[in-house]
Amino acid sequence: MKIDASKPLEYATEENSNKIFGFWVFLGAEIPLFATLFTVYLVMVDRFASGPSGKEIFEIGPVLIETFLLLSSSFTIGLAIHAMRHGYKKAMMVFMGITLLMGLAFIGIEITEFFTYVHEGATLQTSGFLSSLFVLLGTHGAHVSFGFLWGSVIMYQIWRQGINPATANKAFIFSLFWHFLDVVWIFIFSFVYLKGLM
Amino acid sequence: MDLEKFKVHGEPLIYGAMISIALATIGIIVGLTVFKKWGYLWREWLTTVDHKRIGVMYILAALLMLFRGGIDAIMMRLQTAAPDMKFLDAQHYNEVFTTHGLIMILFMAMPFIIGLMNVIIPLQIGARDVAFPRLNAVSFWLFFFGAMLLNISFVIGGSPDAGWSAYFPLASIEFSPTVGNNYYSLALQISGIGTLITGINFIVTILKMRAPGMKLMKMPMFTWSVLITNIIIVFAFPVLTVALALMMFDRLFGSQFFTMANGGMDMLWANLFWVWGHPEVYIVVLPAFGIYSEIIATFSKKNLYGYTSMVFSMLIISLLSFLVWAHHFYTMGQGVMVNSFFSITTMAIAVPTGVKIFNWLFTLRKGRITFTTPMLYTLAFIPIFTIGGVTGVMLAMASADYQYHNTMFLVAHFHYVLIPGAVFAVIAGFHYWFPKVFGFRLNERLGKHAFWWIIISFNVTFFPLFLLGLMGMTRRMYTYSEETGFGPLNMLSFAGALGLAIGFVILVYNIYWSTRYEPRDTTGDPWDARTLEWATNSPIPAYNFAVVPKVQTRDALWSAKQDNIPLFTEEITKIHMPSNTGKPFILGVVFFFFGFFLVFSMWIPAIVAGVGIILVMAAMSFDRDHGFYIPAKEVIATEKKLRGETV
Repeated sequence: MKIDASKPLEYATEENSNKIFGFWVFLGAEIPLFATLFTVYLVMVDRFASGPSGKEIFEIGPVLIETFLLLSSSFTIGLAIHAMRHGYKKAMMVFMGITLLMGLAFIGIEITEFFTYVHEGATLQTSGFLSSLFVLLGTHGAHVSFGFLWGSVIMYQIWRQGINPATANKAFIFSLFWHFLDVVWIFIFSFVYLKGLM
Repeated sequence: MDLEKFKVHGEPLIYGAMISIALATIGIIVGLTVFKKWGYLWREWLTTVDHKRIGVMYILAALLMLFRGGIDAIMMRLQTAAPDMKFLDAQHYNEVFTTHGLIMILFMAMPFIIGLMNVIIPLQIGARDVAFPRLNAVSFWLFFFGAMLLNISFVIGGSPDAGWSAYFPLASIEFSPTVGNNYYSLALQISGIGTLITGINFIVTILKMRAPGMKLMKMPMFTWSVLITNIIIVFAFPVLTVALALMMFDRLFGSQFFTMANGGMDMLWANLFWVWGHPEVYIVVLPAFGIYSEIIATFSKKNLYGYTSMVFSMLIISLLSFLVWAHHFYTMGQGVMVNSFFSITTMAIAVPTGVKIFNWLFTLRKGRITFTTPMLYTLAFIPIFTIGGVTGVMLAMASADYQYHNTMFLVAHFHYVLIPGAVFAVIAGFHYWFPKVFGFRLNERLGKHAFWWIIISFNVTFFPLFLLGLMGMTRRMYTYSEETGFGPLNMLSFAGALGLAIGFVILVYNIYWSTRYEPRDTTGDPWDARTLEWATNSPIPAYNFAVVPKVQTRDALWSAKQDNIPLFTEEITKIHMPSNTGKPFILGVVFFFFGFFLVFSMWIPAIVAGVGIILVMAAMSFDRDHGFYIPAKEVIATEKKLRGETV
C-alpha cells in the first residue's frame, strides 16, 4: 500500500480515499431511504383512525433530552476525529466513548418512549399514522443502535492497533455516519415532534 | 411446530418440480464428490473476489433463471393456447405469472446486465478491479441467495401469487394468506441490498479508477450507460427497500400501511412500488443502449455518431425516469391534473430515446457493416424497439389508456420494449464479449440459427397479443370461453413461444459446441474493436493489464491501432491483488436463513440468524488482510504464455 504523507491518515491510501467516497455515495442512498419514510409519514400523519393523534401522545420533555444527547454526541465525535488527526489516541478514545454512551442513552430514552406509547394504547397495529411513526423512528433508532455496535468494534480496533491508516479511515467514516444520523434526527424533531405538537 | 404450512399440495407439476430439484441437488453433490471438485469450487469460485469470475457467476445464474422464467412463460402460453384449457388452475396460473415477471426482471435481466458490467467495466476503463472487490462478492452472494429464496417458494410453502407488482389490498395477509408474498418481500429485499451495493461500488469504480487520461467525456459509451444506471440504482433501490419493509411489517407484524381500515392506504403501495419500478425499467434498458452503442461502432468501423448527445440523452432519460411513475395507474382515480402531468412527462421520454435511435442510424450510415451475430441482434433491436416505443406513446395518453389499461396490448407493449431493450442486448453483449472472457468466439453459424429462431418467434409470440388486447382480452386471466374468439391468436402465440424455446436451446448448445470445436483466439481482439477491454489478452489474466494503459482519445484502442499511439508505455512492475475470502458467501447463506425463518414467522431462529449477520459483518471488519503482490517476473511469464510465445 502506497501511503501519501501529504494527506490526513484517513485519506492516505487510494483504497482509503475510495472508501470515503463510497461512503458518501452510500449516504446519498440513505437520503432517498429516509425521504421515502418521511413521505410515508406525512401521507399518514392525519390517518389515525380510532387511535390517538400525535398531539395526544407526544411529550416534549424526553424528546428535548434525546435531541440534546444526539446533537452533543455529534460534537464529541467531531472532537474525537480532531484528536485522531493530532494522533492523540487516548483523547480520541475518550471522546468516542462519550459519543457512544450518549448514543446509548438516546436509544434508552427512545425505547422508554415506545413503551409509554404502547402503554397508552398506541401500537404499531393501531393506525396508519402510528405504523408510519414507529417505522420512521424505529429505522432511525436501528441506525443509532447499529452505529453503537459498529463504533464499539472500531474503538476496540483502535485500542488494540492504535491510530493507523486503516483504523483512522474506519473512524472517519463512522463519524460521517454519526453526523448523518444527527441530520436525520433534526428532521424528525421538526417534522414529527414540533409539527405534531403544534 | 406446524409442518403443514411448508407443504404445497395437489399439483402433479409441483411434485415433478420437487423431484427434479431433489435429483438435481443430489446430482450436483455426487458429481462434485466423484470428481473431487469441492476444493476447486470453494477456492476458485465461491471465495473469489475477481470481478471477471463474479461476472461469469452472475451470467450463469441469469441463464439458469432465463430457463426457469421461460418454463413459466411456456406454461402460461399453453394454458391460454385454447379456450377452457385445464392445464393449470387459477391459483397455479397466478403463481406462475407472478414468478415469471419477478424472475425475468429481477433475477434474469438485472443479473445478466450486472454480470456483463462486472466483466467489462474495469477492463473498459483500464482498471485492475472494481473499487471494492470484497463488497462485490457480497453483492453477488446476496443476489444469489435472494434468488434462491424466491425459487424455493415454489415447493416450500407456495409462491407469491399477487402479480409481480403485488398490489395491495390483494397482497395483504387478508387476501393472500399463504406465505407466498412473505417470500416476495424478503427475497427481493435481500437481493435488492446486493444491487444497491453494486450501485455504490460501480459509481466509485468508474469515477475514481479510470486509467490516466480517460476524462469523463472520453469514456466508452457502455461505461457511461453503466455509470448513469448505477446512479439510478442508488436513488431508486432505497425506495424499494422501504416499500418491501413496509409490506413485511404489514404482513408479519400487523401494521396498517396498506390496509383498507384503520387509516391504511392501499394506493401508497402502488406509488412506492412504481417510484422504484419505473426507474427499474431504465436500469435494465440503459446498459442495453450502451452495449448496442459499442457493437454498432465496432461493426460499422466508425466512431459513434453524436457521442455528446448520447450522453445527454441518457442523463435526461434518467431524470425523467423518476417523474413518470403514475402512468402505471391512470385508471386508479388520481384526477385529471395528475394524469396530464404524467402523460406529458412520459411522452417526453420518447424524445431523448428518439435521439439515440437516430444516432445509431447515423453511425450505421456509410459504415463498413459486418453482419456478425451480435450485430444482427443490434440491427433487429432498432425496428422492434421502435414498435415498443410507439405503442408506449399510445399507452402514455391518459385518456386513451382507459381502453388499453391491463389488456394484452400492454403485455405486448412491455415485451416489445424489454425483450429487444434488454434481452437481445445481453445476448448480443454475451456473443460480443464471450471471446474476451473465454478466449474463443461462439460459433457464428449456430449463433445466426439461434438469432433467426429467436427474432421470428419473438414476433410470432407477441404481435398477436397487441391484437388480442385491442379485441378486449385482459391480462392475467387464466382462461376464456370459445365465444370470445381469442383462441386462434393465442394458439399462434403459443407456437411462437415454442419457437423461442428452440432458439434459446440452440443458443446454449452453441456454448457447448464452441467450447469443444471453435478455434482459439490468441490476438485478444478478434472483432477488430475500439475500446480498452480488447487491448489485453484473452482469456483475461487475473490482473487485467500487465501495465496500466495511458489514454488519449475516445476509442483508445482504435487510435492506438490506426495512429500508432502507444497505450502501454511503462515497465512491468509487481501488481497488488486482493485476496480471496469466504465471508461474503457465508454472509449470503446466513441472510438466506434469516429470510427463510422470517417468511415462516419463526422468530427465535430468525433472531439467531440476525445476530449471525452482525457477527459475520463484525468478522469482516476485523479482517486485516491487505492482499498480496504478483511479482513482475510472474506477470511477464503469464503475458508471454497468453500470447502463445514459448517461455
